[in-house]
Amino acid sequence: MEMSKFIVQQMKDLGAEVCYHEFLPHSKHFHPLKFFTSMTNDLAVRPNGTYSNSGTNTIGIIRAPRGDGKEAIVLVTPYNPQRVQANEVLSLALGFSVFSLLSRAAWLSKDIVWLSADSQFGEYTAVSAWLNQYHNPMFVGGVKHEPDGIAEKAEFTDFKRAGTMAAALIFKVGETRNYGDRDSVTMYAEASNGQMPNLDLLNVVHYLAVHRQGFRVNIETISSLLSSAWLRAIAEVIHTLGSILRKINPDWKLDITASDYVEGTANLASSIYNQALGVPTGSHGAFRDYQVDAVSLEFSPTFYIRNENAKSSFLVRGGRLLEGVVRSVNNLLEKFHQSFFLYFLTAPSKFISVGVYMIPFALLVVPLPIVAAALADGGRKKGKSIDASKTKGSADNLQTEGGSWEWLQAARVLLVIQLWAVIVSLLPYYISQIPDGTPIQSSVIWVVLAILTLIVLYAMFGSPYSAGVEWKLLKATMITSISIGLGLMSIINFATAQLGALIVIPMCLFSRPLKAQLGLSFLPRTVLCASNILLAVFGFPPAALLIMKGLSKGSWTVDLGDFWASMEFLWEWSSATYLYLFLVHLPCWLLCIHVLLHPCRQVGSKVKRE
Amino acid sequence: QVQKFHISELELSFTQGRWNYEQWGGYDPMSTNNAKPPGVELWAIFDLPLAEIDATWKNLTHTLSGLFCASINFLESSTAFSAPRWGFKLNEGNLRYGALPREAVCTENLTPWLKLLPCRDKAGIASLLYRPSVYKGYYHSQKLKLKSSQSLGIILDQTLTVVLQPNTVSGKQLHSTGGQLQPSWSMEHLFSKKLSGKCLVSKSSRVFVEIEKGIVDNVDKAGSDVSSNNDLFVLSTAPDRSLKELDNLEVQSSSLYEYDVNNYNSDKPLNVGITWKLPLIWSCTRAPYHASRFLMGSGNERGSIAMSFLSTGLDKQLVDSSNDCSIKAVVFQVVPWYVKVYYHSLEVFIDGNSKAISEVVDKIHVTPSEDKLLPGTMEMLLKFPCSMQLATLTLDFDKGFLHIDEYPPDANQGFDIPSALVSFPEFNSSRSYPEADPLFVSPLLENFKEDGVVKSYTEVLLVPLTTPDFSMPYNVITFTCTVLALYFGSLLNALRRRIGEEERGLKKADKRGLIPLLIAKLRGQKVDPSESESTSPASLPRSKLLLKVVFVAVVAIVFHYLSNS
Repeated sequence: MEMSKFIVQQMKDLGAEVCYHEFLPHSKHFHPLKFFTSMTNDLAVRPNGTYSNSGTNTIGIIRAPRGDGKEAIVLVTPYNPQRVQANEVLSLALGFSVFSLLSRAAWLSKDIVWLSADSQFGEYTAVSAWLNQYHNPMFVGGVKHEPDGIAEKAEFTDFKRAGTMAAALIFKVGETRNYGDRDSVTMYAEASNGQMPNLDLLNVVHYLAVHRQGFRVNIETISSLLSSAWLRAIAEVIHTLGSILRKINPDWKLDITASDYVEGTANLASSIYNQALGVPTGSHGAFRDYQVDAVSLEFSPTFYIRNENAKSSFLVRGGRLLEGVVRSVNNLLEKFHQSFFLYFLTAPSKFISVGVYMIPFALLVVPLPIVAAALADGGRKKGKSIDASKTKGSADNLQTEGGSWEWLQAARVLLVIQLWAVIVSLLPYYISQIPDGTPIQSSVIWVVLAILTLIVLYAMFGSPYSAGVEWKLLKATMITSISIGLGLMSIINFATAQLGALIVIPMCLFSRPLKAQLGLSFLPRTVLCASNILLAVFGFPPAALLIMKGLSKGSWTVDLGDFWASMEFLWEWSSATYLYLFLVHLPCWLLCIHVLLHPCRQVGSKVKRE
Repeated sequence: QVQKFHISELELSFTQGRWNYEQWGGYDPMSTNNAKPPGVELWAIFDLPLAEIDATWKNLTHTLSGLFCASINFLESSTAFSAPRWGFKLNEGNLRYGALPREAVCTENLTPWLKLLPCRDKAGIASLLYRPSVYKGYYHSQKLKLKSSQSLGIILDQTLTVVLQPNTVSGKQLHSTGGQLQPSWSMEHLFSKKLSGKCLVSKSSRVFVEIEKGIVDNVDKAGSDVSSNNDLFVLSTAPDRSLKELDNLEVQSSSLYEYDVNNYNSDKPLNVGITWKLPLIWSCTRAPYHASRFLMGSGNERGSIAMSFLSTGLDKQLVDSSNDCSIKAVVFQVVPWYVKVYYHSLEVFIDGNSKAISEVVDKIHVTPSEDKLLPGTMEMLLKFPCSMQLATLTLDFDKGFLHIDEYPPDANQGFDIPSALVSFPEFNSSRSYPEADPLFVSPLLENFKEDGVVKSYTEVLLVPLTTPDFSMPYNVITFTCTVLALYFGSLLNALRRRIGEEERGLKKADKRGLIPLLIAKLRGQKVDPSESESTSPASLPRSKLLLKVVFVAVVAIVFHYLSNS
């Protein structure tokens, strides 16, 4: 509290408009009906007079002296008032120095909002609470609250606003000391569901940081990839190939050095992973929900944080960087547009645009409908020939009709499984209502309930085997559904669809019944079987999670609780990846298992019976 | 010109910056008459039959835009102006109002304005207008007011309102919430010029310095008389006269010092200034409610406009705390048609409770917007209970789509909703100067004496609308051209192919290719002998062809390599 009072006093002395914003921490809550809106609605509800456990954001607004106040630029410094650390103090100092500079700037045309966010419940909560109050205020109740005791605070409680937000910058000084030769800045940009801010914003930050202030700009990487030997080997091969090609034509600049390649791959992997997860990497995610371009900058200085001299020079350079960015945004007449919104970053200044990364995904997905059509067609032909042989012996009208309408059976199986998937994805809502559940208990309950519902559904609608669906038709419907699912997902979150396609598509295409006679020699058949089983194991979400964890951390302990925790993490952030996993991936996996275990004797036995 | 357009009253203002109602006052004649919304605001009352007004208005906008080098002609289209009945100014339907919030105001607008003065800026008070200092200020607004009637002829009233930051000794400003610590200033500091003599043509030319009520009270408290040199402040030049303003309770509220420029010349220039002897914190009197307007919601689909009235605590002093007293407020708002406001969705919240509209809204007059034809206009008379702290009005709207040629330049910035005007008819900011000499009638003081309803303009809002990618036509053209080229190419190809060749080609197609054959062999399947017989002669030329292609490619690569190295 003293901290925010102090900040307010400082802001007031600069002639800024000041206000407090109180908020409550966002309670973890999963509500299936409000999957995409739950965050905003929960936060708007104010408590009845109990402020014991609320956070307080402090907001200072500089009105542009000659501006018309239509637009605003937001600066955010998160800090924890309960336990203020040296690095947070430094980031507040940086924020204050920039703010005080801007309060004297005559060139401002957009208002400046400085939000020092109370991060005791997490940065994101504080920032999103403030944004929610800014954009969707509640007028009923709560607005009026008697200033009990804190009389001087009362005058700042009315919420102040400043126009449409043009851009937002979140900056903080990292805890860790950086042992490089230069101070570095790490950019975080991924917002919820793989949304990215406009690339121009990142470019502005990168340009000013590198070319003007001499910072080293990083983006997140997967560090394990940087040291991996096989990636280096691939990089070497590509490098030699590239240099050969270059000798042929010097205009082909394909010879990427091995270290660049490895670094780029690691950055790209982390970029894709962060986008695919659909969880924002910082409080900038909250801004993106309101269509505001935002980027988080984490400074990691090379000096020891209590070193006064180094600190002041750092403040000068960091301040100049921030001022430069603010100035660039300020001078823009239009908001960011025209550049890229869909891209992956391979380096702070390099990116892969949507036009490039669409192609591999399209190549992956386009064969699916063709394969499905081919399978369905092939299956029908077979059925017809059997029908023909049957009609020779004994005419059976019912069977001939079944031949052309057989796909309906497969579609029914698909629908039953989709229904099951929906139920499974809704189950956590009820499980999370159970009080005092440990993650392991919850996940066990979840798995058991899922299996039970599957059995119940089969009992109600009949299992796929009893219906006598041919496996080729089953596979065809599966492939159709997966191509629709992937297509939809690629619109919502491209990275998820891309990563998912890499797992799901081989799984679908390879799947054949283990018992099917294919007329293949021994080697291909065993390879096929092995890859089938392997892919089926990989495709199961908990197993995939375990393997990922094992690869990244090296701990292979099987813990069901982890699965529950990670799923909880996904729905808490209302990530579309959760929906993808349970509505597209899981049914597909189950159908694959069905295909794998298909008895393959239906038609033959029927014929025998007859 | 005035006769040509049959104008009975006209006001045109160019403004840059926002009037800060919190710090610069919202309850004095200055703010009610001279504070204007950013950009251009134009209204005119015509002395014409109603049917001819719109056409005359169009001509008028074009004339003015030529006169003032501004894009006032954008007010010509019927989507840009409206005809308020009572929300803006009481009239019989012959008033037209338009505002252009995006208009940038600069010297090019000031110069034509100065040209209307008899001495331009060469002499008189206007010579103070040192452009850098004027445009460095927080706010400047140039206003032109025209009144014409049979009896009085045409009166042209030009006002320039400037809020400047005094760049005195330290240049550092100290603020605090109680008000501002008053800096000392002088005319020379502010304008970098001194006033030397009046414009010869002018009848009178005077400078007034007003000391507000709060300060006068302070001086009284200090126990000295409000003269040019007292315990609190010193005026650098002794005034020629001083006037006292009396409010309706016959108590002196503010005092006015008058300087007649006539008495000064280039040898003895006038340099009015004030030096504070004691540090003084003063805050201006504010309007009863601080009105602000903001947008709610996000996304490109819908949103709402909210208007909040925050009590400034003034009403507690003015109105006795009887329970059923109420304060009236008139809201006048024009919304462009592409922001489709649903007026039925008006909701009123007072102090956190939802109120029925009939409780608060006394009188409402709405002209709904018509697509590409009319802007929506809303005039509302609101009645707030005196004890109210915060009232909020919300209106939902949908964002419309524009045709591609209706987008203004810089469409990606968003679209402006002009300022709304809030006036409080029960509060009057007019001043009375009973001591004023009837011989020395000053138009400024006359203006101050006029009936001035307390008004305040709200902020301009910026609505982000969906904007198309304007480079799209180019993409479309390239795509269509490609498709057309493909279509005509294949069509031509199909037309000039002969059927005989086709048949021969069909025969060839029967034969199996080389690669499937190889694959089949690799798989260990037996190739039909009948088929293999037929393929072998065909596969020979194919392999030759392949060899040729490879040879050519190798030669090309080698040639390229040699030529480059």
